[in-house]
Amino acid sequence: MGTRNYRRKTSHSENGPGDGGRTGSWRVERPVLDQSLCIPCKRNKEACFICWLFCPEIVISRTIPPKVDLEYCKGCGICAEECPTKAITMVDEAKFSEEDTEKKKDKD
Amino acid sequence: MHIIENGNVAAALGVKLCRANVIAAYPITPQTPLTERLSEYVELGQMKAEYIPVESEHSALAVCIAASSAGARTFTATSANGLLYMHEQVQWASGARLPIVMCVVNRAVGAPWNVWNDQQDSISQRDTGWIQIYCSDHQQIIDSVIKAFWLAEKVSIPIMVCYDGYILSHTYMPFDLPEQGKVDAFLPPYKPDYALSPDEPANLNTVTLPDVRTDVKGELAHGYMEIRYLLQEELRTTLMAAAEAEKRFAGIFGRSGDPYIEPYRCDDADYVAVGLGSITYQLRVCVDLLRKEGIKVGIMGVRFYRPFPDVAIANALKGKKGVIVFEKALSYGYEGALASDLKSALYEHLAGTGTLPFVQNFILGIGGREIRTDDLTQALRAATKSRVSKEPTWIGLKL
Amino acid sequence: MQAKTNILSLPIQEFVHPGTRACTGCGLAIAYRVGLKALGKDTMLVVPPSCLTVLQGLFPVASTKLPCLNVTFASTAAAATGILATLKTQGKEHITVAAWAGDGGTSDIGLQALSGAAERGDNFIYFCYDNEGYMNTGVQRSGTTPIGAITANTPFKGKLQQKKDVPAIMAAHNLSYVAACSAAYPLDLYDKIKYCVNLPGTKYIHIHIPCPPGWGYDPRYGIKIGRLAVETGYYDLYEIINGEFKLTAASEKLVEKRKLVPVIEYFRAQSRFKILTDAQIADIQNQIDKKWAGYYKKDE
Repeated sequence: MGTRNYRRKTSHSENGPGDGGRTGSWRVERPVLDQSLCIPCKRNKEACFICWLFCPEIVISRTIPPKVDLEYCKGCGICAEECPTKAITMVDEAKFSEEDTEKKKDKD
Repeated sequence: MHIIENGNVAAALGVKLCRANVIAAYPITPQTPLTERLSEYVELGQMKAEYIPVESEHSALAVCIAASSAGARTFTATSANGLLYMHEQVQWASGARLPIVMCVVNRAVGAPWNVWNDQQDSISQRDTGWIQIYCSDHQQIIDSVIKAFWLAEKVSIPIMVCYDGYILSHTYMPFDLPEQGKVDAFLPPYKPDYALSPDEPANLNTVTLPDVRTDVKGELAHGYMEIRYLLQEELRTTLMAAAEAEKRFAGIFGRSGDPYIEPYRCDDADYVAVGLGSITYQLRVCVDLLRKEGIKVGIMGVRFYRPFPDVAIANALKGKKGVIVFEKALSYGYEGALASDLKSALYEHLAGTGTLPFVQNFILGIGGREIRTDDLTQALRAATKSRVSKEPTWIGLKL
Repeated sequence: MQAKTNILSLPIQEFVHPGTRACTGCGLAIAYRVGLKALGKDTMLVVPPSCLTVLQGLFPVASTKLPCLNVTFASTAAAATGILATLKTQGKEHITVAAWAGDGGTSDIGLQALSGAAERGDNFIYFCYDNEGYMNTGVQRSGTTPIGAITANTPFKGKLQQKKDVPAIMAAHNLSYVAACSAAYPLDLYDKIKYCVNLPGTKYIHIHIPCPPGWGYDPRYGIKIGRLAVETGYYDLYEIINGEFKLTAASEKLVEKRKLVPVIEYFRAQSRFKILTDAQIADIQNQIDKKWAGYYKKDE
């Protein structure tokens, strides 16, 4: 059960993602991006990125187009609400295929 | 070099010699001269340390906990209600396995207010997972502080060095002031196994679950219960480290004794008086008197109270007719804490062997009530005739 | 305060991992993420029991990439002092010490230690993330819960007392820097941190944090509600630099605009204010108008 070094004598945590498990399983709706409305996509250069800024879960990438890490996205909807061109809509999870939402990893 | 100073200064000198580099302190009678002296050393540049005059005892230990987590050698001191105020932090420091050294200048606890000596303050902390050492004179104070830093850093467990308020803290005695060079040889600079820093980031002491859980590397990590178990297990093995400390100290400073107990005329004694701290020296007068009367009585001072040296104590008291425990504190609702622990150790090791002495518990000196040597002698003499009472008997009560 | 950072000039490096136990749409997560970007790698954190404790992860997994000491509830500022002391002895004073405590851990149980550290001039930044209640333990009222808010222990009458003005208390310590920020204005927060990090003594930054379960709104409106708090003039963004008060960012713009959104809009958006009567709302609007009249006057 681990090695008996100092770090095991104390509550000493190292960093990594998914402390809360696969938090993507929390959401009931997921953000979907319409690239035709997305400013950086339309301009094909760095711009806006308000969705990236306000994502509480840090699952939106600062890329063209911005991508959502569905492993951890909790579906809060802030990105959709804040997007200045309403390029993001929140869509019911149930609309997506089961295999999409059933990826299991060895998180506890 | 022998000097004449008071107990608080003896402690301060010990801290200075050990090169503690973060000191946090909040004033409380009768600890104040200790921390005042430390502030003098720091301001004069005789100690290279950060001295933080905190705004409460709770914060004093908070500063030490944080400073120690980041790798400093830390010290604080307090008494009575100050110790009680920092109780939450006392529990925290041991659970966090930090080698903090704290002097407790024993004083009675409120309510009601009382600034004089008894040992209720430190005794009430005996369950917290700290090592507790009790000193009987100024030499023991300064030596125990030095040993404490070494021991704490060796086992990663905090230590309380306790000595009686006023009786030791404010009285003057001659004692040997160890040389800095020898202390440096005895106590190398603090090298923690881990010190919090951006170079090797970690999140310390967060919520820890009841059960074990996989870490970021995929290995199973301990749960809360294992962490606490390790504290207990390593507290018990501290008894061995304490013996090692005593040997090392003897090798460098040329003086030592039993690491756990301080016996006086015990070998051929039929009855042994037991106590913590300065009372054991006061008892010597009584013992010498009773010996002249033909009563074979001795004293066993208990130096290490936590971890409790049950084996050493049981061995020392094996076959004695009676053990008389004089205490300046009690576990309210039952009896003296030391008496209880002693009975438990005797029972554990001697029950059924025919060598079990009776245990008589006396409570005295509560709130600084004067302990008259005559009263001590009388009580001791009476107890050697037959056990006085099952429940503790209070000496010097004036109902 | 100079620099006006924009989104594109924000550092890309993240100091928090995704997949934390924070609530969906947690306002603290937004502020904390940007805050750490401003503080950077050479930072040591102190965190008392609070939502952040949980966000940062349970043993043995940490979602924060920076070194962090979890401490008892009342001792945040004292612990920051302790770390600082060690850094001084190690000659590592380039490392920033940052305490992140909730409003309960600051305005209530932690106030004594914070005041002590501020009085001693201990050189760290203290962040109070103010979600206006003890949210981590189930939404109980704290010193900074605003008047009229329903909480778990002010369940029917709402809080009867005013919100404690902690920045004002800290300003009374003559600090080099006191600021009020909001999770809805992360760039303002970023700039303020960058500005004050090397100023002497204790720096105090108060951050307004919308909280979906505690305040009662659909998580997607978190930023909108945070913005409403400012646009109604109810919560102001400002800084106090060596005693001199100055509105910043959106609040500063409101002085020019001379037009506040009616505060009822802010209250309507959150179910915790549902028992506020018209008279109470009018009274609060009055107080806001008076406060802003003062700001307008200073501006003239």
